[in-house]
Amino acid sequence: MKSFNYKTATSTKEAIKLFSGRSAFLAGGMTLLPAIKLRLAAYSDLINIKKIKGLSGIRASSKSLKIGSAITHAAVASSKEVIKSIPSLALLADGIGDPQVRNRGTIGGSIANNDPAADYPAACLALNATIHTNKRKIPADKFFKGMFETDLKKGELIEAIEFEVPEKSSYTKFPNPASRYAIVGVYIAKLKKEIRVAVTGVESCVFRCKKIEKALTDNFSESSIDNINISSNGFNSDIHASAEYRAHIIKVMAKKAVSTC
Amino acid sequence: MVSLIGSKIERKEDKKFLTGKGRYTADINLVNQTYAYFVRSPHARAKILNVNITKASKSPGVVKIFTGEEIASEKIGGLIAGWKIVSQDGKDMKVPNHPPLAKHAVNYVGDHVAIVIAETLEQAKNAAELVDVSYKIHKAVVNTADAMQSEAIYEGIDQNLCFDFILGDKRKTEDSFSSADKIVKLDLRNNRLIPNAMEPRACIGDYNSSSDELTLYTTSQNPHLSRLVLSAFGGIHPEHKFRVVAPDVGGGFGSKIYAYAEDAVAAWASKKIERPVKWVAERSESFLSDCHGRDHITHVELAIKNDGKIIGLKVDTIANIGAYASLFATVTPTYLYAPLILGLYDIPTAFINVKAVFTNTAPVDAYRGAGRPEATYLIERIVHKAANEIGMDQAEFRRKNFIKKFPHQQCLVHNIDSGDYVAHLDKALEISDYKNFENRKSESAKKGKLRGLGFSTYIEACGIAPSAVVMSIGCGVGLWESAEVRFNATGNVTVFSGAHSHGQGHDTTFAQIVGDRLGVPMESIDVVHGDTDKGPFGMGTYGSRSLAVGGSAIAKACDKIIEKGKKVAAHMLEGKPEDIDFKDGDFILKNSNKKKTIAEVAFACYLPGQFGEIKSPLPPGVEPGLKETSFYDPVNFSFPAGTHICEVEVDQNTGETQVVKYTAVDDFGTIINPMIVEGQVHGGIAQGIGQALYENGHYDESGQLITASYMDYTMPRADNFPQIKVDYTTTPATSNPLGSKGCGEAGAIASPPAVMNAVIDAIGADVSMPATAEKVWNAIKKNDYKKSAA
Repeated sequence: MKSFNYKTATSTKEAIKLFSGRSAFLAGGMTLLPAIKLRLAAYSDLINIKKIKGLSGIRASSKSLKIGSAITHAAVASSKEVIKSIPSLALLADGIGDPQVRNRGTIGGSIANNDPAADYPAACLALNATIHTNKRKIPADKFFKGMFETDLKKGELIEAIEFEVPEKSSYTKFPNPASRYAIVGVYIAKLKKEIRVAVTGVESCVFRCKKIEKALTDNFSESSIDNINISSNGFNSDIHASAEYRAHIIKVMAKKAVSTC
Repeated sequence: MVSLIGSKIERKEDKKFLTGKGRYTADINLVNQTYAYFVRSPHARAKILNVNITKASKSPGVVKIFTGEEIASEKIGGLIAGWKIVSQDGKDMKVPNHPPLAKHAVNYVGDHVAIVIAETLEQAKNAAELVDVSYKIHKAVVNTADAMQSEAIYEGIDQNLCFDFILGDKRKTEDSFSSADKIVKLDLRNNRLIPNAMEPRACIGDYNSSSDELTLYTTSQNPHLSRLVLSAFGGIHPEHKFRVVAPDVGGGFGSKIYAYAEDAVAAWASKKIERPVKWVAERSESFLSDCHGRDHITHVELAIKNDGKIIGLKVDTIANIGAYASLFATVTPTYLYAPLILGLYDIPTAFINVKAVFTNTAPVDAYRGAGRPEATYLIERIVHKAANEIGMDQAEFRRKNFIKKFPHQQCLVHNIDSGDYVAHLDKALEISDYKNFENRKSESAKKGKLRGLGFSTYIEACGIAPSAVVMSIGCGVGLWESAEVRFNATGNVTVFSGAHSHGQGHDTTFAQIVGDRLGVPMESIDVVHGDTDKGPFGMGTYGSRSLAVGGSAIAKACDKIIEKGKKVAAHMLEGKPEDIDFKDGDFILKNSNKKKTIAEVAFACYLPGQFGEIKSPLPPGVEPGLKETSFYDPVNFSFPAGTHICEVEVDQNTGETQVVKYTAVDDFGTIINPMIVEGQVHGGIAQGIGQALYENGHYDESGQLITASYMDYTMPRADNFPQIKVDYTTTPATSNPLGSKGCGEAGAIASPPAVMNAVIDAIGADVSMPATAEKVWNAIKKNDYKKSAA
């Protein structure tokens, strides 16, 4: 690890002020710190944003659930508001990493990092989320740009993620046995106006699977997924799973998600 | 007095470990210490054209940078292979030089190029980034299967062949095969494993120029052996001025047997700069440069008669030993492997051929079980297949072929002294509720799961090893063990063992032996190991040898203490030594009520005379003091055996396999502490399930290690295991005074075939280790296709 300055901000404004070209915001640090330790990344300043009060609330209404960006996975998993309004989201949070990661890692950090196999990006897409930053509101459909790439500009800070409360929803994950990240994660949400199906772990970036969305819109049942042909074109292929296997597992996970919706 | 032997006594050492008070090498910090970081090769195979350290040397905090140049010019010797194997053409094995720092060429990713020594670790790492190495990259040789057909890595080592080893009678075996009713064939791969001890390797070289003494603190399973190798072959420092300390060590599994390049270089460098040099591996360095395990491909054939009797066995194995021949790398796939392929079956003829090949991968050496898991995997897989092919019940096929009379001279090497294989088979069948398996299978089917059951009836050769035998087949050292039992004047006992505990619980088990033998309370016994300056020369811990060999040495030393004690007690009690009985810590004069406790006798040995109240004269001719040493050399290997039965459930939709039931019934001979043994069995099985379902050391075509972190190398976790039912049968070993056979490796030896046979039983198709979800899913698919096509 190369040494750096450690600063703590108590407001978004202060965090932005402290931010310079060679700094990074530090929330849970579950990805950032390993990257620094492995010398894959180096910063002059790390700005701790966990002390910013405005980033740590959970607010639920009948239509939406807004979660502060510095909320840990463990807090989401055990939040009464979350469990009541979007139980599948609480379950998703409960399945991220291990207890240590869940107690440190944050929802904002996960989304800003946009790991191709992370769970939260799938939730954002499926639950038609809006990403609130210090500058603007970004719809999830436009937020996730590519591998570890988002629409965030340098020095822009996520303040909250606002999810649409679905009629019903479910997230199923086929974990990598080593890392326990998703080899395939499928989030299905029946929203007021549409059905959304988000898939993570499969391509370089989370995506919506329009084929399954259409099939489920026609008939929201497990059997409607059977006849879909998922092409493995462009899917990740690695030592843990080939593209073809991932294509197969998408259907298995999607059916499981429908059955647990 | 309740016997300490066979008691579930809580481990004495656990308090410090569980409260964070273990003292590991990385916890040691010395005055004026420097920090080392190694520049490693990023290439699997390359010529070193130039190493430029000019810029790096000027980096802040740098004390010194050494390269292969200095190592070579100082004539520091290479790391050695300690066991010479002779090929079938009568020629000695071929091994390349293995310099601690490469000078001309690097041969695997992680190979050592330079050591950067600085005031802080960060400064060392910063400078290491500035070391400019020019490489000429060559095509790497990676795969076990085609290494012999690839370009030779080393000049003078054709076909990358280290040796071409044979064992057995080819003609007799061919005769058996020609009279067979059926020949069963199988191609198998034994996957490469990365050891992953919880504590990464570490070392500190500490040279004292005033006394000319060199101390090396290191994570070693055998500090004396490391000192011998570094002194005699490395030429680092004379043995009598060289101290090697292996303090608390957090697991080894074989990977910490060997003196590594880092040990040699840190020790040597501390002499050069006259300051302590500390190196602690990062986990990624452990992945790259700890010796790996297994990595075989094998073709096996079994000749059987229609009634199920096995009459012959033929095996062709290619063993990948990596870029260099590590210390035990050559014995692991030969004498620790080939003789054991016979399993615990009465097989009259066998012929084994093992070709060991060099590749541009990390060196492969002994890893928990060392050769015996590979042997057990192949015999148990082919036995499973053979029983299936002739339609015999798995248990009955095995029962029919078991060795039943002891001692039994096998057709290859071993003379098995004792065992009762039917006993552990029957016990395992009962505990596992074998007869109701079909019911459980139907229950699983209702959940959409395929359930399978797999057997592994295994044997291993432990208690390594009778020196005369091993030296006659190429071993460069004797494999005896030492012990010193020292009474202190106040009646407590210090026990020095040449074995080394890095998780095995020696502090407790050895104290139980001494407590039982001498009648001294456990709390008055201290077991000391891991420091060449303290105890006598010892050979260390590996090959499930600590109890059978090291424990026997302790027992022998105790017996010598009693012998001397009888002379002293006789004098004190005014009798003859032959009239003294020793029982539960008391020396008793026969036919009298006169006795002396062993503490009183010890006291007399240290205060031999009369002074006031003290009246403890020694008999004439008896030296003062009460301390005895024993070097115990076993007369034979010991042969633990057992039956493991595994049940798995396979998800048809995904291919995921879960071990749902596991039964282990082992015969370890006499058990000293059943609780410690149970822990050893659990750990071994966990590693075996890891090998069968999860772990795989994977290099890509260019020789880059793809599974170089826990993101990709699947270490099994608690939720991968079922409750494991452990039980025992006992036939004492006849080859050592304790009757113990060894238990440390059994779980890792027995379990991979039990798990794989269960998977194969569940899906009705063959699959290789690790049986990952996708592989199993593909095998199910292919099998369904075959079924529908038929």
